[in-house]
Amino acid sequence: MTAPRLLWGDVVAGDAVPELRYDVTATTVVLGALASRDWRPMHHDKDFAVERNGTRDIFLNTPNQAAWFERYLTDWTGPHGRLGQVTFRMKGSVFPGDTMVLTGTVEGTEVDEAGCGWVAVAIELAVDGDVKTTCSARVAVPQTTDDNPWARRGDQWRP
Amino acid sequence: MTVLSEVQALIGVEQYPTTGEFPVERGYIWTTCASVENGNPLFWDDDVAEEITDGPITPPTMLSVWFRPHRWAPGRTEEALALQVHFDLKARFGLPEAVMTDNTVTFYDPVRPGDRLRTHQVLRSVSDEKTTRLGTGRFWVIDVIYHNQDDQLVGVESYTGFGYRRAGASEGVAQ
Repeated sequence: MTAPRLLWGDVVAGDAVPELRYDVTATTVVLGALASRDWRPMHHDKDFAVERNGTRDIFLNTPNQAAWFERYLTDWTGPHGRLGQVTFRMKGSVFPGDTMVLTGTVEGTEVDEAGCGWVAVAIELAVDGDVKTTCSARVAVPQTTDDNPWARRGDQWRP
Repeated sequence: MTVLSEVQALIGVEQYPTTGEFPVERGYIWTTCASVENGNPLFWDDDVAEEITDGPITPPTMLSVWFRPHRWAPGRTEEALALQVHFDLKARFGLPEAVMTDNTVTFYDPVRPGDRLRTHQVLRSVSDEKTTRLGTGRFWVIDVIYHNQDDQLVGVESYTGFGYRRAGASEGVAQ
């Protein structure tokens, strides 16, 4: 399978990033917590989550949600896409049994003074239409097939 | 000095320099990619990584993973806390509750397997006392700054926290 390679000129404000749907299980939550070295019990012990946190079940941790957002963006940009900055705001929890839906909209594009092409994307992670987490991301993508944001170092990289 | 002026004197000061407990390693990269079904060939195909990123790198969003302490380590008697400045502020201001309102991460040079990262924390700002629907307290912004073993900046996490006392609660002991 050939990896996608999104080019800066192919993106305009208002474009939609293809939707991602995923059925969350207890394994999703536990695997995500342990992969991010988060040993806190509310991410693997249902009794603790219910009795101490007052939630209905264990829930996805923040670092693993960050990994979901990264995967969502780079599924779209391909491997040349390079994350510059992400901002998260947590509004609610994601539990086993939920189907999480990630949607994204391009908010704008720019080329910075170093010549790097940037795309700003607003992403929402929702369950049954309720937004659980928002993520504003700034990702660099190539301007041409010869361009590679990953080659930028020092003051040529301005995330 | 008041508590506020003591805290304000810490703004911009590097605190809690820490070196990661283990070198960055590929097992966690693959487990993380598997956990979110991330098929980005940068992390699975060394030829692609060589071509695009000059060798293997970690997913940028794994930055904080390399600093979460082991669940247990020989001789450790207290649980290690990330973001100690946040807990210091809760204690100094006597604010028993806290939430993180948002979290921004900025990515600089890529992190690579074998790197030994280090961090320090910097308090950037503390607000005047404010009342929200949660209670009365203060907002603060703390940066966690990450460098690699070659002193290259690899990332900055910026946390906005709100430490507060619930409406109607008496001054309590900080948790």
